Amino acid sequence: MAGSRMKLELSKVVQGRCRLGQLKEIGRMGQHSLDIPGCLLYSHLGTVPHLTQDTLHTLSSLPTVTQVTLSNIAEHQEVLDEFKGGFKTFAGLHDTVLYCSLHDSAAHRPTGHTTNKTVSVWGSGGRIELTVAKFMALQRMVQPDWYQAMADGETWQTGTSRKRVRKSVDRSLAHLDECLLVHQKSQELDGVSVFGVVEGGDILEERLRSARETAKRPVAGFCLDGFQTGAMDQALRSQLIAAVTEELPEDKPRLLQGVGRPDEVLACVEAGVDLFEGFFPFQATERGCALCFRFDVTPDPESAVADEGRHAAGETQPNGDLNCDDQTHMTRFEMDLKDKRHQDDFRPLVEGCGCYCCRNHQRAYVHHLLVTNELLAGVLLMMHNTSHYHSFFRAVREALANDKMDLLRRRVLGTLTE
Amino acid sequence: MSTVGGNMAAPITSEADGNIKENSMFLKKTLSAVPPLTLRIVAECPVTKARACDLTLPHSSVSTPVFMPVGTQGTLKGITADQLEGLGCQICLGNTYHLGMRPGPELIEKANGLHGFMNWRRNLLTDSGGFQMVSLVELSEVTEEGVKFKSPYDGKEILLSPEKSISIQNSLGSDIMMQLDDVVSSTVKGPRVEEAMHRSIRWLDRCIAANKHPDKQNLFAIIQGGLDAELRKACLDEMTKRDVPGFAIGGLSGGEEKDDFWRMVTLSTDHLPREKPRYLMGVGYALDLVVCVALGCDMFDCVFPTRTARFGSALVPWGSLQVKQKQYAKDFQPIDPDCQCPTCKRHSRAYLHALFKSDTAAMHHITIHNIAYQLTLMRSVRQSIVEGRFPEFILTFMKRMFPSPDQYPGWAVEALASVNVTLE
Repeated sequence: MAGSRMKLELSKVVQGRCRLGQLKEIGRMGQHSLDIPGCLLYSHLGTVPHLTQDTLHTLSSLPTVTQVTLSNIAEHQEVLDEFKGGFKTFAGLHDTVLYCSLHDSAAHRPTGHTTNKTVSVWGSGGRIELTVAKFMALQRMVQPDWYQAMADGETWQTGTSRKRVRKSVDRSLAHLDECLLVHQKSQELDGVSVFGVVEGGDILEERLRSARETAKRPVAGFCLDGFQTGAMDQALRSQLIAAVTEELPEDKPRLLQGVGRPDEVLACVEAGVDLFEGFFPFQATERGCALCFRFDVTPDPESAVADEGRHAAGETQPNGDLNCDDQTHMTRFEMDLKDKRHQDDFRPLVEGCGCYCCRNHQRAYVHHLLVTNELLAGVLLMMHNTSHYHSFFRAVREALANDKMDLLRRRVLGTLTE
Repeated sequence: MSTVGGNMAAPITSEADGNIKENSMFLKKTLSAVPPLTLRIVAECPVTKARACDLTLPHSSVSTPVFMPVGTQGTLKGITADQLEGLGCQICLGNTYHLGMRPGPELIEKANGLHGFMNWRRNLLTDSGGFQMVSLVELSEVTEEGVKFKSPYDGKEILLSPEKSISIQNSLGSDIMMQLDDVVSSTVKGPRVEEAMHRSIRWLDRCIAANKHPDKQNLFAIIQGGLDAELRKACLDEMTKRDVPGFAIGGLSGGEEKDDFWRMVTLSTDHLPREKPRYLMGVGYALDLVVCVALGCDMFDCVFPTRTARFGSALVPWGSLQVKQKQYAKDFQPIDPDCQCPTCKRHSRAYLHALFKSDTAAMHHITIHNIAYQLTLMRSVRQSIVEGRFPEFILTFMKRMFPSPDQYPGWAVEALASVNVTLE
């Protein structure tokens, strides 16, 4: 196995697919663990957007894994090469497990530049083409604890031909094999885990082929690619993921890329996904929105009364479009703080939220910061949205443990009335 | 025509009303045991005119000399209140013009004043809005009544009068309020300067009368007079007759020559009372701070450190460092190896250089460093005054800041010489 001692301990499996447990001994020293279902800490070059270490650590429980992307890092190859100490030290990161992915799911990704031997990422200066050799050179400089193999995932556009999908599967397998070869020869990557990437677009046969073949390789886990929001509807996504996870070993984790919306997360957990990327809070922040969807399922008579009151006050109107496939549009899981109705609302963003923003500030203040284009708006919203989203994942785990997934889904969608 | 916030600036309504108001304010004055401002002079430099003081204000005490960062719209550009407090900031600025426009004084009052709105529990100083009249807004007209201008948001004509400015500042609840002054650019010459100086005195009196909370909010006068020594002296003579808790030196820090600038500063401190704080408005470059402390100033504010941070310019004892420049791409030391701020303790120039291409947090890191730099500088200045070695501090400071003595700016050499500090 590619250097990994990552252990997946499952405490519960529902319907043979939906899993609750813990990923243990992650990190080179094996000193960290990650509860699953869980999400990663999204970052730009190691920095959670808008936040410094001080503001980041106002969050009481951070995911133990920080995600960085080659699309941010690739342009700094020379610097990292000269630095030699690995990315974590270069960035002054806190004690965290570093996961290196290829693309940034929250960034626009142009298509049409992938070849048999290369994939491309877009840095601040433009397109950077990566061969496996260059990809692995970067990994040796970054020295992550875990990374995904180079893969061709350009299958999400409508009308991608079967031929193109097949190519993405073939190429990704070839890239994986090459990565593993280089990995085994690289001292800098000793103890580092590699995930294989399952491709196959929206074609069941290709998905199964990719899954079976990738599972044959000595990888520590699997990335599920090409399923991102907008690539297909949730029904198809669930169907394909369920079929794919059938082919994957039970004792290795599955990380789904490009999906972050709470309702999609729930459906994918039930289809067999263990890990998600954490970019959704960032997207909400950039819209000037605060995540506010509920995820409490413990029966609470007081909140039921409050719910009725809010229904009457018209407050539980969905804020956005549930079926919106465009990741930049506001979803029903958030509120638009720029809306005039928040101008003199002195309540916290979300009642009962323990984040720094909700403990210290009010909607009226955040509204003011957004209207006046102040940088602090992004800082406060990012703190709240990150906290809210991670609390949601905790709720998912609790719901799984207590057989309350159905209740949770209805609560999240806002259709729970009792 | 509507005034800022929608109410007409009220002239005296009826004598009865006026009397009742005066009586209750008199009562407030006698009943309040603790004045809203006390200045305790801890040390005076025997060589220069510098002082180190403890300034006690309603929300907390402030050690002077002090640099006050500017949080224009009720926020310090990407820094949380906790972070600002963590850096040791005891007082910062809010801006009456901006906050008076958005979100407006009524809302801020509902939020328990600007302190409540921003959740800042230390001190706040608000300026009057006068400076923005000159620098930002399409100026309609200055009359004896006040400043008429067009709102940039809806084009409506607004009048900012002394009464209106104080009313907004009363709603903001700042610990120190500035009078509305008739602001004239320091590059303007001629009779307009004299007119503005006299009007500022009359507006000071109107501001004093309009202050609803003299027991909680300190109103500072602003000495005007441009670059004319006689006008400035006349202004000083008149304004120091008023019993205000503190004085600001205004009308400088514009485009004037530094040679004129320092002479007006020292003239002003010569004629301001010793036992009241002296606030030099709009001054924030390190050299200017050090020299003007030597000339007898206690308080300073400037947008420069926080504004320049957002462009990647980090302030250091030897000048500044443009982090975004290529030369720092592979520079793995912190901005200042001796700096104890959160940025320098954790991040390198190279990382910050790279981060500027990926995330706004890069700006926040530099902002934090620059505020720390300014506050640390003032802390060191104060310490050297307390320990009776301020002149030596000045010499060391200059040596560090300038590669060689022939690069010392002439105005600074002269200014320091005027207070008995001879630079080589």
